[in-house]
Order: sequence, then structure tokens, then C-alpha cells
Amino acid sequence: MAFLAPALLFIGVFLLFPFIWVLIISFTDTALTGPSAANPSFVGLENYYRLFNASRWMRAGEFGNALRNTLFFVLGSAILGQAPLGLAIALAFHRKKGLVRELVFSVATMAWILPDVAVAFAWIAFLDRDFGTLNAVLGAFGAKAIDWYFEKPLVAITLFNIWRGTAFSMLLFSAALGNIPPSYWETAEVAGANAWQRFRDIILPLILPHFLTDLILITLWTFNTFTPYLITGGGPFFRSETVSMYTYRVAFKFLEFGRGAAVAVVMMAINLVLATGYLLSLRRGRAWR
Amino acid sequence: MRRLLGRLLVGILAASLVGLGLSAETIKLTVTARAVRGGVNSLLVQWLEDVVFPAFEKWMKEQGKDVEVEFIQFGGTDEALKEQYALDLKVGRGADIMGFDGFWIPEFDAAGLVKPLDEIVGPEVWEWEDWKYIPPSMREILGYKGKVYGLPLGTDVRVIFYRKDIFEKAGIIPAGSGIRWQPRSWEELLNTARYLKKVLPDVIPLQINAGTQMGEATTMQGWFMVLLGTGIHMYDFDSGKWYAKHPGILEALNFYKTVYIDEKLGDARTQLIPGARARTFELFRDGKIAMLVEGDWFWRSVLAPGSEWAVPNRNEVVDWAMMPAKEPGAGYRGQNFVTISGGTGFILNPNTKHPEEAWALMRFAFSREMQLEFQKLQPRIRARTDVPVTGDPVMSEMAKALLPLTTVRPMLPGYPKISYEAQLMTERVVAGVMTPEEAMEAYAEAIKEIVGPENVIEE
Repeated sequence: MAFLAPALLFIGVFLLFPFIWVLIISFTDTALTGPSAANPSFVGLENYYRLFNASRWMRAGEFGNALRNTLFFVLGSAILGQAPLGLAIALAFHRKKGLVRELVFSVATMAWILPDVAVAFAWIAFLDRDFGTLNAVLGAFGAKAIDWYFEKPLVAITLFNIWRGTAFSMLLFSAALGNIPPSYWETAEVAGANAWQRFRDIILPLILPHFLTDLILITLWTFNTFTPYLITGGGPFFRSETVSMYTYRVAFKFLEFGRGAAVAVVMMAINLVLATGYLLSLRRGRAWR
Repeated sequence: MRRLLGRLLVGILAASLVGLGLSAETIKLTVTARAVRGGVNSLLVQWLEDVVFPAFEKWMKEQGKDVEVEFIQFGGTDEALKEQYALDLKVGRGADIMGFDGFWIPEFDAAGLVKPLDEIVGPEVWEWEDWKYIPPSMREILGYKGKVYGLPLGTDVRVIFYRKDIFEKAGIIPAGSGIRWQPRSWEELLNTARYLKKVLPDVIPLQINAGTQMGEATTMQGWFMVLLGTGIHMYDFDSGKWYAKHPGILEALNFYKTVYIDEKLGDARTQLIPGARARTFELFRDGKIAMLVEGDWFWRSVLAPGSEWAVPNRNEVVDWAMMPAKEPGAGYRGQNFVTISGGTGFILNPNTKHPEEAWALMRFAFSREMQLEFQKLQPRIRARTDVPVTGDPVMSEMAKALLPLTTVRPMLPGYPKISYEAQLMTERVVAGVMTPEEAMEAYAEAIKEIVGPENVIEE
């Protein structure tokens, strides 16, 4: 126990205390400016009520709208985008060496490790209606210019996030594939298994736990990411506002930390539910094996 | 070897102590504002760094004080600067002198983040003999509840700026005739826009600020300018209540709907994209917007030589007109034309370690001599009565025509939040997601939550 004390103290100070503190101020009208900044008072569940006020929950700029956008964003960019794409790249270069592999892996990893602000600027330029590279390329094929940020802001940040985060899934799957003993492939070859059979009977069962780990991590990351704010600012008219942007806007627009804390608590709860769900399925997956 | 190291250490220690002793005699002051050399409010940086600071440092030296002043440039939006200030002040930090927008004062004062000058420096603030040149109306710009928090750079008015070259090309004004355009009602304004749209389809006829991207620029240059034309203000100064529902609000929203939705006389996209305001400046500079409702700051800073959006032959191609009420006599207080004023200036940071020197710098910068220097760079309506608007007939003319008609925002801590709701209300209409009736309903609901149902007027 004494041996654990420093670690427990660390967790207590840097994790438990802030968490309890956020929980406490979410029941107050704490703010940085205005009358309630000098004398914050207890407001009960009002902050939560405003978050879930049914009469306007789905209105643009409200929490429900942000939650729906986030759902689309996470489903589209992490679950349907990054994970399958990362797996596809890993499989395509499985047991292969050479320049193309190095090139693809380097480029994908680069997209993952570049600083947020630089990347955001690049994407603003890339998707610009009048001068953007993407529209120029589309235009060369005779397609009409698309006003990405104005007409398809949510699609734009979803594409961005696929580009941004695929490297992680790719590296994880490629490591997982590398761990499969070579004797399996030899056996499969002798038995005359085709590519699909190899995938279904060898690869899939062996990488399934990794797949779940990957999904846990990228879902949580995508749910909490803030970088798209640098590109669309959540707009136009809140059409690309995700929950993390909503939290920022509520907390910092008028520096109302009480309301911001309430959103943060709800976000934490959602994260917890997601993580628990995945962990349980991971455990069940192991038991099944 | 060890001995050598020990001696070296002692030496370094001694040297740094001497260094500390020396630098302690130099007083360092910092000043910040939303201004960047060659960018936004470039002339302010020029005035401070090239004129005021060197002269002030010299003046202090003559009194035996070593003072060094540094200007910290801030290139973000007003909203981002306000956020930065709130965070800085809350933790007891920030620049000694801060460029401040007057309407932030009540909100910051209520939170105890800013303090009146005489509480920071002491009652000797009032010993400055130049106060007699700064009239009460100017002191109120950075004042609240009868207290003075800072000194304003001046006040402003709002008008419609239009491109003469476009108007001449469209045949609205005969070229070289010297005739000036001045609409008398909304209908006349809209008819001009309609005609421009027909004759020059590539030009955006009229841009009047809407939406939250523009922040306070929407409330001041957009919402107020339209709403005042219907005969009401956002706030009823007699009863001390906010207008939540009123036929005037609906008329104003319908004006927006006509411009951006029904007839597309303005471009809603430009209002709603990130960086909306800079984008409109750019479009106006490039002759893609014919009419833009803006403050005189737009003339004297945005379009001025040396600015990012400078129009080289500004005086030949840009002119201005007063914003008409809906109909003659239908405006606020029965006026034919409407405008509104605000003002920015500098306040002292309550956390300053050198209140005496910081106040000396403020006084110095607001002396007649220094203000006249600023006037040379950027003529405008200044805070001092002994500093006239010289050198720019356009500025003097605007001041003369519109200062008698102007009004101000209510100086109340709740104003910024209600202002945001007004921006949101216009956004809902110009984005086409709500009808004017629905948007007003949502606005009323929101401001009742902010100030309480007993403080609103519903008609």
C-alpha cells in the first residue's frame, strides 16, 4: 500500500480532484465575467436542464444538434473510414516489402503526426471553393466546383479526419498481421486456401481483439477531437458543430464555466459508456475464443 | 578542476546578481490591443511604437526614470481578445495597459476584473489638468455607473459605404457629375440594390452584417442599423426593459429576409463563413460589393493607405450615405436617418505593478500633442475637444451629420449575451432555417432566460 501511495496521490491530484471539481461547478453558475463571476451560486440541475431542454433540443446550436453531428462524424470518419481503410492498407502490403510500401506508410504516418494548425491551414486551402486543389482536380474532370465548407461542412471534416487518423489503424493492423506465425500461411498454402478463405479463417479470428482495441481508441479520439474546429469553426450555422466544439463554445463564448462543466460531465459519461461497451465486448470476444 | 568549476559558478552567480540589480531599475511597461503592424489597426501600432513610446521614454528619462515600453500585437478577433483578457485578469496578469471596447466594461466590472482609474492609481488621477478637454460623453465610453475606467481613442458613427465607380458603371450616378447618392427609405435602398443586381450581376449589391461569425459587428453595423430604422432600440431606456417581441423586430428581420433570402441582394455565404468580416473587406476592396454598412473605422482604418485592405484611390471610388429609416420619420425618436456609436480606448490593468508609470503613459498618450500626432496618421472624432478632426473632410462631414442623430448601447452586464442572441436571430433568418416569426420567438425565449421575464417587453 505504501508502495502505491505516490501513484495514488498522483491520480488523486491530477485525475480525481479535477473530475470532482468539474462535477461540483456543473451545478453552479460559475463564470469568468458578469455578476455571477463575483458570487457564484448553486443552481441545481439548471445547466443540465438547458442542455436537454426538449422543446429546442435539436435546434441548430443546441446540444442535440451537436450530438447528431458527432454521431455522423464518428461513424463516418472512425468506424467506416479509418478502421476499414487502415485494415485495407495493412492487408495490401502484408508480407510485402519495397518502395511503394515505405512511401504509402510514410505519407499516411506524416498525415497523422503533423501539427494541428498547419494541417488545418492546408485543408482550408485544399477545400476552398474558388482556389482549392480538390475543386481544381474535380474541375479538370469536368465536375462542378463544390463549396465544401458551406454546403458539405460535415462531410468535409469527416474526410479530413479519415485522412488525419488512418495511420493509427494502419500501423496497428500491420503490427497485428506481422504477429501471425508464418507457419499458418504455409499450412494454408498446402491446404490450397484462397485469399478469402485465408482472410476469413486465419486473419479475422486472429486480429479481432486488435480490431476492438482499435475501435475503442479511434472512437474515443474522434469523439473528443477539436481540430476540425480550426477548419470550419463548427459552421456554417452549426452544421458541423460536434460535441467538443459545443463544449468549447458554451464554456468560452461567455466564459460560463458552470454550463461548460455540465456539458463536460455529459461528455465524460458518454465516453465512459462507449469505453465500457467496447471493453465488455472485448472480454466476451476472448471468452468466446 | 573542481575548484575551477566552483569559482566559475560563483562568478556566474555574482554576475547574474549584478545583472538583476541593474535591470531592477528599468521599469518595463506593456501595452496591448487588437492591432498588428501592416494588418488590422496598423496605424495604432505606428503611432504608439514610432511616436508615443520613444517620446515617453525620453520624457521619463529626463525625470531620472528608466522606462521601457513594449507593445504586444494581437491579431485575432475582438471576441478572442476579450476571452484572453478575461483569462489574464482572472489570474492577476495581463499587459499594464489594455485596449478595451467600452461595452465590455459592465460585464468585467461585475466580475471584479477591472477597476476605475482612481482605485488603481489613487485620487491623484483627477489632478490631471487635461480632464477639462474630455467631456462627460467621452468619459462614459469607458465608464460605468459614473466611474471612469480608461480613456477613449474617440467615438464613431455608422453609415452605408458605397463604391462610386460601380454606381457610375451602373449608371446610377452620371460619371464625374459629383452627385451623391442618398436613399430616403428602405424601399429606395432596396431599389438601388435591385437595379444593381440587374445591371451588374457579378457584383453583390448590398451587404449588411448578420450572423454570429461577425460578432459585435453584426449587432452594431447590422442589427441596430436596421432595427433603429423601425423606431425602436434593443432596450427601452425609460422602463429599463429589453424588447423581446415587437412589430419593429419583425420588420427588421423581414428586411434581412428580403436582402438575403427572397431577392438575394446580399450574399448570405459571405456572412456565415469563418473569417466573414475580413472577407467582406476583401470583396469591397476588390469592387465586388457595391454597398456595405460599416462604421467610420472602415473608412479611416480598413480602407486607409497601408492597410491590408487599402483602396489606393479611396477618395475617388468610395463615398458614403446615411442609413435611412424604414420611411422618413419612422426611425428611432422619429428620425429620418439612424446611426449608433461605440468606442474603444485604453484601460489600466488593476494588476499592474507600476500604476504610477502606467498612468503617466496614459496621460502622455492622451496629451494634446500626442493626439494631434495620431490625428496626422488617422483623422477621426477624438476624445479631446481641443483636437479637431482635421485633414479628412469625409470624417468631419460624417461626424457633423451623424453625431446629433446617434445613440449608444445600454451599458449593462447582460448586454453582450443579448447581443449574441440578436446575432443568432439574424443568422437563423439569413441561413433560411427559421422564419422571422420563429426567430423572434426563439430570441424572446433566450433573453427571458438571460435577464428574467420581468425585464422584457412583449408587444
